[in-house]
Amino acid sequence: MSGSDNRSEMSEDEELPDLGGDATHSSNSTAVSGGGGDQNYVSPSPDQVLENVLENVLCFLTSRRDRNAASLVCKSWYRAEALTRSELFIGNCYSVSPRRVTNRFRLVKAIAIKGKPRFSDFSLLPPDWGAHFGPWLSAMARSYRALEKLYLKRMSVTDEDLAIAAHSFPILKELVMVCCEGFGTSGLASVASECRQIRVLELMDSDIGDDEEDWISCFPDNVTCLESFIFDCVEAPINFEALEQLVARSPSLKKLRLNCYISIGQLYRLMIRAPQLTHLGTGSFSPLEIVAQGEQELNYFSAFAACKSLICLSGFREIIPDYLSAIYPVCGNLTSLNLSYANINAEQLKPVICQCHKLQTFWVLDSVSDEGLQAVSAACKDLRELRVFPVQALEDAEGPVSEVGLLAISEGCRKLQSILYFCQRMTNAAVVAMSKNCPDLVVFRLCIMGRHRPDHITGEPMDEGFGAIVKNCKKLTRLAVSGLLTDRAFSYIGQYGKLLRTLSVAFAGNTDLGLKYLLEGCPKLQKLEIRDSPFGDSALFAGLQHYYNMRFLWMSSCKVTRLGCEEIARQLPGLVVEVITRDREENETSEYVDTLYMYRSLDGPRADAPRFVHIL
Amino acid sequence: MAMISEEHNKEKLGFEETELRLGLPGGGGGIVNGDFGKNTNANGKRGYLETVNLKLNLSLKETEKGENLQKEKNLISCSNNAVKPPSKTQVVGWPPVRSFRKNVMAVQKSNSEEGVGGTATFVKVSMDGAPYLRKVDLNMYKSYQDLYGALGKMFSSFTMGKCNSQGMMDFMNESKLMDLLNGSDFVPTYEDKDGDWMLVGDVPWEMFVGSCKRLRIMKGTEAIGLAPRALEKCKYRS
Repeated sequence: MSGSDNRSEMSEDEELPDLGGDATHSSNSTAVSGGGGDQNYVSPSPDQVLENVLENVLCFLTSRRDRNAASLVCKSWYRAEALTRSELFIGNCYSVSPRRVTNRFRLVKAIAIKGKPRFSDFSLLPPDWGAHFGPWLSAMARSYRALEKLYLKRMSVTDEDLAIAAHSFPILKELVMVCCEGFGTSGLASVASECRQIRVLELMDSDIGDDEEDWISCFPDNVTCLESFIFDCVEAPINFEALEQLVARSPSLKKLRLNCYISIGQLYRLMIRAPQLTHLGTGSFSPLEIVAQGEQELNYFSAFAACKSLICLSGFREIIPDYLSAIYPVCGNLTSLNLSYANINAEQLKPVICQCHKLQTFWVLDSVSDEGLQAVSAACKDLRELRVFPVQALEDAEGPVSEVGLLAISEGCRKLQSILYFCQRMTNAAVVAMSKNCPDLVVFRLCIMGRHRPDHITGEPMDEGFGAIVKNCKKLTRLAVSGLLTDRAFSYIGQYGKLLRTLSVAFAGNTDLGLKYLLEGCPKLQKLEIRDSPFGDSALFAGLQHYYNMRFLWMSSCKVTRLGCEEIARQLPGLVVEVITRDREENETSEYVDTLYMYRSLDGPRADAPRFVHIL
Repeated sequence: MAMISEEHNKEKLGFEETELRLGLPGGGGGIVNGDFGKNTNANGKRGYLETVNLKLNLSLKETEKGENLQKEKNLISCSNNAVKPPSKTQVVGWPPVRSFRKNVMAVQKSNSEEGVGGTATFVKVSMDGAPYLRKVDLNMYKSYQDLYGALGKMFSSFTMGKCNSQGMMDFMNESKLMDLLNGSDFVPTYEDKDGDWMLVGDVPWEMFVGSCKRLRIMKGTEAIGLAPRALEKCKYRS
């Protein structure tokens, strides 16, 4: 069989398999010739090839990139691959119809579906835009009854959907929902009561309604196979006694993340029941009543000391900082610590962080200030991921963190791979230093919260800093820029950002050149989201040869016109071009489109677009 | 500090602040008494509706934003010096922080404003018949109306009936009070520092926050038993 590896010529996209692969990409369907140039070799029949492939090769292919490549070899490989692929990844729920997916892939055990574009998290998309789980569920309930794993991100899911899913997938083992909305605790009750084999139930950053349903009591009475139970985003009180009993009868439970309605006293009781936990979200981390002086309190320190396997700690939703010392026993083992809901200062952080020498992931609030970050830098030499969130998400607030903290981190945490940093002021020098000190950076997201804010010491735009990042961090795939940026910044990105897949731009650039540099320079660009930047139609046209290779392009409050968008739609029929208009007064008009959201699709415009979405 | 200004106001206004009157519901101001005709309190604090407006007035209109962008662009192309955008109002979705992070921080902020940890004004709220307790931080609210609104969201059967624009109850007119308690399904009560159970709304808001240890929303008919004691205590206080 042919051993040549033509991966570089194949589609750059790793997520979306070429589902139309039969016509254009397959060579003739006769048998593939064997080894090197033996003229007397008789090619095996297609059926035999299929059999060999199924047995020997495809079962070992797990990565979807490999499988996509295999499916392009010839028709019989395409069919064999389709029959044996058990894990599906749908990066954009509208890029392909559920029917097409279930027609091609028959034996799916795990599926991941992503819906809304990321800017919807920041109220830039009206509600009811779409990404409904319903149609996918209908198709899967017919074709994938043996489904074991379901992962949904930014999808709109209803209580009925959850009830149907619980009913349709009797051996469902994992349900993970991230940034989803549209359902409430009654949907969770369906899952709890009917998914008897559920091992992983994770609800993250989702907006879940409080139907006052006691869903925790809906889990069956016998021993469960729960291994991971995450519900920290559920903004509703829960039946604690039922939870305590659930934990007591879940011997495999390793990950437990509680919501803010669990007090520290209740946390204590749960920890006593589950000392085998590896991942813990602590809930509120404050008591229900303020304990008076001299009154006896539970020994939280001993509860943590008993959890010898704990490596990941989060929660602290309403922390009373005095209680933080209870976690000292586990600090030395922690690889992940999330204090991003804990409004603590540097002095309160230091005694904790100085013990966390194994820490790889750290999320924190800027309340710890530059001084706190210096302590992190001194203690956490193995840090890979840092996120610093703002206590005050305002443009003109006092910022406790600055270039000082960023510089300190870059000097102490040389293995850093991913950073998200909110601040009020920054300098090019610090960003340049980070680009040199942390060459392993894969994700660099800097958010200078004041729009168009320059280097606060030199007054220069932030072009050079971001330029250094794309130039020196050769593994960079994700970038978010901010501050005062001219077209020059984009020329750097286009010149050096050859591996860049995701780029987020806001309030930046001068002219169309900025966007042109990106579209012409970054061959791997998949996801481009731009807001409030002066890029117009001629820049939009510069990407014509690239849009089919992208997952999506988002442009809101820019300078693209309706005519420009119509032209794109005309020239690229495989794109769905959505123009989203916000409500306007009668006499308010604008020559520019409010929001342009476009993405490739094999199945044309969606049928469920609301009235404020115009598909061109 | 709040207490001092209240005493001052008492003198100025002839005890109007602590004088309890019955007004119409909905915060429409004391129609009965013209003095409370506006939403602002006599002591100058913002009324509930004004507070609400302030909180909601966050998004900058698109056209304004567009104009600002144009202005900013002109400024930028002129010089490289630090130029702040002309408008200081907030822009939708900026900075890009998800809403659940913002909400949580508001809670944290009020905790830290109280000073050393441990002095946040969290009180347990129970409602007769509801299975779970809630916790509220009284410092999150600026008036009784605020609090009732939040309680109404947490406990779906609870709506606050007749009280005046500040949410305070009329304790001076006994028969009117009995009517109120007989008519309401649920009435909020609280345990104060002395350990007594009082009807919510008897004292000015700040005083209430300082003395409330826990809240209980009980059936109106049960609360009648409290009313005489509440009346006694109020007379004693004023």
